[in-house]
Amino acid sequence: MNGHIVKAFSEELATLGHKIAAMGGLAERELADAVTSIERRDLALAGRTVAADLEIDEAGRDIEAQAILMIARRQPVASDLREIIVAVKIATDLERVGDLAKNIARRAERIIENHPQRAMSGFVRMARAAMQQIKDVLDAYSSRDTQKALAVWRADEEIDSIYNSLFRELLTYMMEDPRNIGSCTHLLFGAKNIERIGDHATNIAENIYYLVEGEPLSESRLRLDDTETGRPARPVDADRSA
Amino acid sequence: MNELTTASLESGVPAPAMPALEDGAGESVAMRVRDACVFYGDKQALFDISIDINACSVTSLIGPSGCGKSTFLRCLNRMNDTIEGARVTGEFLLGGRDIYDPGLDVVELRARVGMVFQKPNPFPKSIFENVAYGPRIHGIARSRADLEEVVVGSLVKAGLFEEVKDRLLEPGTGLSGGQQQRLCIARAIAVSPEVILMDEPCSALDPIATARIEELIDELRANYTIIIVTHSMQQAARVSQRTAFFHLGILVEEGETSHIFTNPDDERTQDYITGRFG
Repeated sequence: MNGHIVKAFSEELATLGHKIAAMGGLAERELADAVTSIERRDLALAGRTVAADLEIDEAGRDIEAQAILMIARRQPVASDLREIIVAVKIATDLERVGDLAKNIARRAERIIENHPQRAMSGFVRMARAAMQQIKDVLDAYSSRDTQKALAVWRADEEIDSIYNSLFRELLTYMMEDPRNIGSCTHLLFGAKNIERIGDHATNIAENIYYLVEGEPLSESRLRLDDTETGRPARPVDADRSA
Repeated sequence: MNELTTASLESGVPAPAMPALEDGAGESVAMRVRDACVFYGDKQALFDISIDINACSVTSLIGPSGCGKSTFLRCLNRMNDTIEGARVTGEFLLGGRDIYDPGLDVVELRARVGMVFQKPNPFPKSIFENVAYGPRIHGIARSRADLEEVVVGSLVKAGLFEEVKDRLLEPGTGLSGGQQQRLCIARAIAVSPEVILMDEPCSALDPIATARIEELIDELRANYTIIIVTHSMQQAARVSQRTAFFHLGILVEEGETSHIFTNPDDERTQDYITGRFG
């Protein structure tokens, strides 16, 4: 696509994109640090992670302020309008990712004080999958790659299924030994936070699709795509199980 | 005249004749154009334009200068006839009848398809006479009382009556720019047109006067088909239900305004409305 006749407008849009990428980087790091702090029993890192969330909140406010100013000054339409609206929505999702990572870090002390080591592997596996999702969806945003965004949208199922099996596993540990209940409950909340982070990654994926295609990601589009790739579509599965 | 009330005058202007055309979606079509070409001497200005203009709705024509949108607008009431060397081909149906039919009375056509120009151009006559002129020459009003009804009714519809009711005999040229433009709109609707063509009607007006005209356009579309040429894309987005984008004499894309301004199909449209070329 050509640049705007008014160059400053193109520059502002580019800046907005860079700010989203930078905010995404902060959210990725915060999530990684939160998980690492639990994995390595590093309470100092957990504390720094909680503090780092302020930076993400500030980045979110900055993106929102720039978007409002651009709408007021440029009266954007079509793809430009989508760029700005989608930037605001992605910033909101990333801000929530940061909050959820902060919640995980806050629970670090309670989780690591007495949890069964066996339970950690499912949690870490789930966290890695969520981190990969966030990384992939940010890559899809940078390259405006709808196929990659759709792949993220679909992969959320894996996180949900790890969460469900981790839930059952933690229940078993709690029934085995009531002394596990405290830490396992906190771990379960942490896992729930990660599951929510996965949902935000799929929100971002949907917004990338809208940004590029100009229309919302529809179930019919997902079906079509799945027919092409020979994979069963999620909505169809949902219909069957209902 | 001053004791006339607006309510008693609403019936002064007969309702426009219903158009007989329909598009595929069942929308009533006021004008249908097929394969329209316009030549100025050897130079072709418009290439195979085909479009349906929905009745009782606003269609805006947008595009960079020289793209042919004003040329196209002028075809719709045969204003190009007055330009030497201009030649128009193709089919232009108004309610089922070809407006380029040699048997058609051009004066009558221009009453059915009225026009409002970029610069307000009131006659150097009184406000009353500006509006009364058309009904008088078209024999719409039989008596003085009829004529007063039509004039006041048109001024009411153009949203001007309240501002000028005490000075109807003063010159139209003494009004502000925005009032003059609404006077020109009153003059156009006084002869009960079916279609009103507007060629950049707000480009000489300030934002407040522009907003008044846009509000008026929105009210008028209940009874009239309006086609507006505008350089302001925001204006096209605000006032029209359908938008047609012209470029280099070609109709690039035509569709619902909500679609054109959010997700146009053609990349040239996208580039134009987002300010990437012009």
